[in-house]
Amino acid sequence: MPDSIFTVSPAPHIKSGLSSRKIMYLVALSLLPAGIAGVYIFGLSSLKVIALSILACIASEAVFLKLRNKDPMVALDGSAILTGLLLAYNLPPEIPFWIPVIGGVVSIIIGKQIFGGLGHNIFNPALVGRVFLQISWPVYMTTWKNPRWAVDAVSTATPLAREGAASFSYMDLFLGNHGGCMGEVCILALLLGAAVLLFTKIISFHIPASFIGAVMLFGWIFGGEGFFKGDFIFHLLTGGLVLGAFFMATDYVTRPLTKKGKVIFGIGCGLLTILIRLRGGYPEGVSYAILFMNAVVPMIDRYTKTRKYGFVQG
Amino acid sequence: MKRLFHEFLKGLFHENPTFRLALGLCPTLAVSTSIVNGFGMGCAATFVLLGSNIIVSSIKNLIPGKIRIPCFIVIIATFVTIVELTMKAYFPELSKSLGIFVPLIVVNCVVLGRAEAFASKHGVARSIFDGLGMGAGFTLALVLISAIREGLGNGTLMGLVITKGFEPALLFILAPGALLVIGILIGIVNYLTSLSPKGRG
Repeated sequence: MPDSIFTVSPAPHIKSGLSSRKIMYLVALSLLPAGIAGVYIFGLSSLKVIALSILACIASEAVFLKLRNKDPMVALDGSAILTGLLLAYNLPPEIPFWIPVIGGVVSIIIGKQIFGGLGHNIFNPALVGRVFLQISWPVYMTTWKNPRWAVDAVSTATPLAREGAASFSYMDLFLGNHGGCMGEVCILALLLGAAVLLFTKIISFHIPASFIGAVMLFGWIFGGEGFFKGDFIFHLLTGGLVLGAFFMATDYVTRPLTKKGKVIFGIGCGLLTILIRLRGGYPEGVSYAILFMNAVVPMIDRYTKTRKYGFVQG
Repeated sequence: MKRLFHEFLKGLFHENPTFRLALGLCPTLAVSTSIVNGFGMGCAATFVLLGSNIIVSSIKNLIPGKIRIPCFIVIIATFVTIVELTMKAYFPELSKSLGIFVPLIVVNCVVLGRAEAFASKHGVARSIFDGLGMGAGFTLALVLISAIREGLGNGTLMGLVITKGFEPALLFILAPGALLVIGILIGIVNYLTSLSPKGRG
């Protein structure tokens, strides 16, 4: 009998057929509605930002892979495209062309490739790029454009940065009818994409639910004058919370492995977000919160290790 | 003579305090925001290194082993005070922008490290060249780092505007820029040393 009819290999034996390439493209696909909404709300200039950011990511990934003597075609495995897309969604819709380009290069090279490429990065690459841009060129990064149909279509602050934010109705915030980063304003479109990801089980509900839950809870407790008077729906609907919670905190490489770990991670993100929003120097804290929690993921993983199957505690 | 020259050169390259030994990183991170600051800090540290190396190596047999570190600190602090007062008198602006980091040279790991690891074990002549080399290496690294940070973060070199239309990235002037630049430079230096078999290890 020939040996070849038996396959001798270590576990796992059952594979789902989902490759990381497929996952990346599915996530990118689920981000499409938010992108379309962003382009519709802010006009074609936002499409240019998205294209530049994705191109910069793919190009720098290919160049760096070539330098590391690896196949540059790996740059098309979807992760660079996803990074570029997420980075663009985190940028204001109208900025000088070189900002998304530099952001893309920094995301890929400093955020990812320096650590050894996909799967080895400690921090979410798109957020590394965004924070780099935010610190380097704060003026450009906080010059928001109003929706193209608004009367003063030049520049405003996001609702978060504005004193007396009550000028927006919840419906406006939900549909994205206000200034902000292009991919984060339309909550409806983001939720559509998130539903696809949850339905196809690419992400689990643990991180988004605990993240958003913590932001709402702490926003409610500390957000107003005195305790338990904060406007938690406002905190839910503004800034990059929904985008961050569903699409960036759930990044496979930089999140904890276990369910318990994910919940701790989500609550940490939420607490830090509210802390930065209410007490910090920046109006928005989602990206810093996620990056900070990325840094403690190894520790979370260490303390939430699952028991090995079949082993009894000695 | 060749050996003395070797002591000097090793501080510049193979045992560069910043890039190879990773010593004295706190002042490097803090003051490397402009070339003037970096150079001033480097010169101050070089003077202190030279002075402390000379004194420590010449009285090394008088210092009791158990309390050698306090003795080194007293010697170093003497030279730091000289530098600090001189700087205040003749370069008041530099002294103002370096601030607390001049008196903090007392606890600079490069100075103490060379006193402990080199000067207390070698003769005066070799210690002089070691101090000069380490100081020059430290100054070189500081000037390199601060040139990159000043150029990218402020758009100037030695206070001169280098390009028009270039929008400096504030990040490089701030703390994360320092860590980023030092990290990348250490990476490059490690890569270069890995190329030559002599520099390995």
